[in-house]
Order: sequence, then structure tokens, then C-alpha cells
Amino acid sequence: MSILIDEHTTFIVQGITGREAVNLTRECLDYGKGAKIVGGVTPGRLGRDVHGVPVFDTVAQAVEHHGAPIDGSVVTVPPAFTKDAVFEALENGIRLVVIVTERIPRRDVAEMVELASERGARIIGPNCLGIIVPDVIKMGGIGGPAKDAAKSYTPGPVGVISRSGGMTTEISSTLTAAGLGQSTAVSAGGDAIIGSTYAELMPLFEADSQTEAIVIYTEPGGRMEADLARWVTANDSRLPIVAFMAGRFMDEMPGMSFGHAGTIVEGKADTASEKIERLAEAGITVAEEIAAIPEMIRAKLGARV
Amino acid sequence: MRFFEYESRAIVAKAGIPVGKHGFARTPARAREIAAEIAAPVVIKSQVLSGGRMKAGGVQFADTPDEAATHAERVLALEIGGHMPRGVLVDSRAAVQHEYYAGVVWDGIRKLPVLLFSDMGGIDIEEVAERHPEHVVSAHFSTLRPFADWQAKQLISSLGITGQALTRLTPIVARLARLFLQYDMTLAEINPLGELADGSFLALDAHMDVENEARPRQRALLAELGVGEQETRQAREPTAFELAGEEVDAQDHRGVAGNVTEFDGNLGLVIGAGGGSLTLFDAVRSCGGQPANYCEIGGNPSVAKACGLAKLVLTKPGVDKIAVMMSIVSNTRVDIVARGVIKACVELGYDPAEKIAIFRIPGAWEEEGFKILARYGVDYADRSVSLHEAARRAVERIGPQSAPVDGPQHDARERV
Repeated sequence: MSILIDEHTTFIVQGITGREAVNLTRECLDYGKGAKIVGGVTPGRLGRDVHGVPVFDTVAQAVEHHGAPIDGSVVTVPPAFTKDAVFEALENGIRLVVIVTERIPRRDVAEMVELASERGARIIGPNCLGIIVPDVIKMGGIGGPAKDAAKSYTPGPVGVISRSGGMTTEISSTLTAAGLGQSTAVSAGGDAIIGSTYAELMPLFEADSQTEAIVIYTEPGGRMEADLARWVTANDSRLPIVAFMAGRFMDEMPGMSFGHAGTIVEGKADTASEKIERLAEAGITVAEEIAAIPEMIRAKLGARV
Repeated sequence: MRFFEYESRAIVAKAGIPVGKHGFARTPARAREIAAEIAAPVVIKSQVLSGGRMKAGGVQFADTPDEAATHAERVLALEIGGHMPRGVLVDSRAAVQHEYYAGVVWDGIRKLPVLLFSDMGGIDIEEVAERHPEHVVSAHFSTLRPFADWQAKQLISSLGITGQALTRLTPIVARLARLFLQYDMTLAEINPLGELADGSFLALDAHMDVENEARPRQRALLAELGVGEQETRQAREPTAFELAGEEVDAQDHRGVAGNVTEFDGNLGLVIGAGGGSLTLFDAVRSCGGQPANYCEIGGNPSVAKACGLAKLVLTKPGVDKIAVMMSIVSNTRVDIVARGVIKACVELGYDPAEKIAIFRIPGAWEEEGFKILARYGVDYADRSVSLHEAARRAVERIGPQSAPVDGPQHDARERV
């Protein structure tokens, strides 16, 4: 199985006529079993099509055209319009929203997350590349064109959660080369506030019979890793976790932002060394380099049998 | 982006929170005028974005306008934490009976703003939370519904505060919560929030940070405060090298080739993307390498942009070679980056095979890219070579730095 999406998932692309969105649509249609993209939305472009996907002015039109509730939406509209687009999706019954857009002010993100939680919906991102279930479906630009994504991702027992889109692929490719496939890989987003944190995705992986281990990619900034450590301890998780921490050099440079918007050391709890300590306390192994991850996963899987 | 104290004061006052008589001065003469207007003892406070003002001598007390001018002259010339002051705040001295704290920050786990209040103001709130947790209370609040006065009242009263203090504190704290959302702050705190002998309250010092991502829609506020669009107010002033990096990135709108940060090593880095750059910078250092810079490329930059960044790094004094490395790319094209960095070498009269210590960018259009690199004899690697292995190869190729320096850029990187 997988988490969040499977071959039956239907979704729309909001902002579908943008350059990146056109590519992303092609990639998703081509990948795995072919994504069921049932529509696209760009205001004023009703009646056009993008790679055969019909374009609508509103989400409501897309839902009406589909004739049934739509599961998800990939949102790739400029930052100033993202909140409105996400609200539109949520108020039209969409329950999984992947926000690709970067540089959205935190207040907007918090509002979107708050409304999603009131509607019983889930947000992935912002500032993310989406979700991929190897050989089945991808929702977002994750892994790139279908033929490139196929090189990096293969089906298997490892769940991947990452604050960096590119590193989701780098890590998955490393696992693939070592013969370890992935159940689902989630690019969770690089902002200070994101819709779904490690601790919020863990219960889904926990409930997924295919998943036997987790790899996370982490960075300095925020408390998401400490929160994961708490979750793992409190819930006695069955899943062994290996973490990779990038940006260790940033501990010497408080107040400076590198990499992603959320990657800044603002307090002691934000530092790489502090996070590594929290993770280790919860039994989460922290890899010194990416290449060491597959062996660590194997050791953990072997130890459990 | 951090506001200066005098700007924070203006924001607080604009929100209807009472502040004492004060003025901002760039010259001793103006400081004298303000002190005369206040017509009472004043305090002269250096306007710098660094901590430790008091310790450095950036806060001085004056009883007369002349004394205010003398102190202002000294404080205006005083460098604190590597920063010259923007000016001085000439502030009235209030007879404070009791100091409170009120602040708002984001909670990334609950994904809501959280309002903090303490009846032990005047000191760092983290310190109070650690040593006297019973004196700090907090409450999350909604971003969808307007902040209501009762939310502030309930929080303040939970510390046992009642009577006039409660009714007077309530609107102040509620206004702070509202301005935090209205102006897209990442931090808004009043510390201390002083209670005077007559029972009234004054915001004696305020700290405000507006989120960079929200600057476009906060243009009106920033214009009102006179904040320039170019002012980044990073933890330290950008170097000439870093400003040149911004110019490279701004030359066209395709992709990113920037976020340059200067270091003192001999190995130039052309690396990407966000997470890849963080990983690679660590990797170079962990195998003994000395990076000359940090940077980020990604989002499919043009040949010109990749070339511009490579040239900038290659011409940085002390750089012997560059390492061109990224995590697997899906959007950025390998061949375009390869063309850009080779062009940079050739145009500067260098042999790409000599100057490029390693090229490790696998992914989209890699066959085309590797062909170009092979033609120029550049050492390249595909995804079978890990990020750390690529970094190791680059460091081995460049050898040790003749005179290792851990110079001024590094020291200047202190918290503001």
C-alpha cells in the first residue's frame, strides 16, 4: 500500500497554465499508472486544455465536470494568490492539498492550515515538490519527468519524509541503488510552518502495512524534529527511523538563513546538534552521510526480525 | 526583517499602545532639541541591530539637554557588535513601579500564533520561562477569527492579576496580538511593559520582526517608517562578494543562482539546491575542505546565470578550484549548468579540466551534460558517487590550503 495517495486518487492542478504547472501535469500523467488529473484551474481560461486536461475558471466547475468529489489539488499559483486558491479547494470538498508555491507569508500558511483542519483536510507543503508512490502515482513535480523519477524511485518498504524536495530524490535514489525501495516519499516542505510535519505523517506510515522503516531528511530551524522524537517515544512506534541532518555548519551562524525559509537558527532548540540529541534520545539513528543510510536501515530491519 | 527600536516604538504607538515621550536623532543637536522638548531627564539609546547595547556603553542617562547632546555624540560614534548606529533614541525616563512582559511569536508545531505574558518583565523571557515558569503564561489564538479582548484578559488574569491593572493591560495586550497578524510579524514583544505610579502603563521597549516574505504587502508600513526596499538587515552586513552574487541572480528571472555567503577557504563552491547545498557544505568541511563560499543554484537557471556565478566564485581571491555539485536534479538541467561553468572557465582563460575539481550533478539531461564535460576533460560523476564522496574527491584534488584563515567574515556572524 501507500500513504496519502494511490492509483485511484483524483486531483486537479490549480494554476495549471503556468510554465512549471504545464510540465508538472505532463510528468504526473506519464508516471507510473498515470495520474487521474481530472481538471485544471486558471481564472479566465475556461475551455482550454493542458495535455488533454480540461481547464476551468473555478474549482466548483471542475468538481461539477467530474461529477463526483475530487480527492486532491496541486497548487502552483503565485504566493499572493495561494491562500485564496487553497481556500477555494477546501470549500469545494478537496481533502488533500499539495502546495508547491514558495515564499508564502506565514500568516497565510497558518490560515490555510487552520481552515484545512476545520474541514478535516490535509495540507502538504508549502514549498514542497509533492508525494510519490513508486511506479504507481506522483502528485507534484517530485522526481521530475517520468523517466527520471523511474530511475530514482522503486517500490519497497521504506517511507521517506523530507524538508527538501531535491533531497527526497537524492535519498530515495540512494536507497534504490542499494536495493531498498520506498513505500511513499513525501516532500513535506521547507517553510517554518508546513501543513504536515514528521509527527503528523508518522501515524499514516505506522498504519501502512508496506512500510517497515522511515528515513527523514532534516535541517536546523524549528521544533519539528523534537516533536517527532516526542511522538516516537509516546507512541512506541513499530517503525525504526534513520535521520540525516544537513546544515550542521549553521550552528556557528545563528540568525543567518540558508537553504529554505524555515532554516534559521533562532534559539538553542533550533540547532543541528540539539536536534541530533533529541532524535538520538528517542532511538532515532542519525546518519553522518547519505551513503550510510541504506546499511543503517538494513541493520534496523534485520534486528527486528 | 528586524526593526530598529525607534521603528518598533512607532509601530506600537500606531496600534494605540501608550508610549512615553521620545524622539529619534541622527545628530547631537537634534538629540538636544528632543531632550529640551521632553523637558525632563532622558536616556540616550544607540539604534543598532545588535544585542548588548547596555554593556557596550550604548545606553546613557542625561539630566539636561546639553548632557543629552554630549552623550548622543559619543553613542553615535560607538560601534556595537560590528554595526554603527543608525541614530539614537532620546527617551523619557519613567518612574516605573512594576515591569511586565507581553509578546507574540509563531508556534510551528501548533501552527498558530502564541501570546506570551509575564509579570516579570525587563529581563529575557526565555530566562523567566526557565527559572520562574509560574510567572509566564501563554495562549494560542486563531488566525481566521479576529483576536478578541477577552482572550487577552483571560490570559493576564490567569497570573492572578486583577483590578485596574487587569483592565488597563487588557487592551494593550490585545492590540499587540492584533498588530502581530496585521503586520505579518514573526516576533512582536513589549519588554518591559511598565506600570507607573499613577497606575497607567507604557511600552518602554519593543522588539518587532516582520517576515521577509510579507514585505511586498507591507510596503505601506515600511514606506511610512522609511525602510528602504534594499535593506536586508541580515545578521551581518553583506560583503561586496555577496552583493555581486545578488546581481548575478537578478540578471534574469530564470531559476536561482545566488544566496551567496562569503567564507575564507580556497575551494570555490557552485552548489545546489536548498537541501543539497546544506548537505554539500557540511560534506566539504567534514572531509577537511575549506569552502570559499556558500551558494545555491536551482530552479533551472540560464547558462548566463550559472556562468555568472561560476565566474564570481572563480575570481574570488584565494580560490584555486571550484567544485560544481548538486543533489539529483529534476527541474534544473545538467547540460545547462555544465555549459555555464565551462563557459566561465574558458572566458576567464582557464582550462575547465584544471579549474573544475569535480562536477557532480546527476538527473535531468545528464547524458547531454556529461558529453559536454567529457569533451573538455572535466572530472564528472553520476549518481553512483554520493554527495560526500564527490566532496571528498574535490577536497583531495585541491589539497590543503597554504595559510588557513578563519577571518573577519566568520567573526562578524554574530546574533543581532
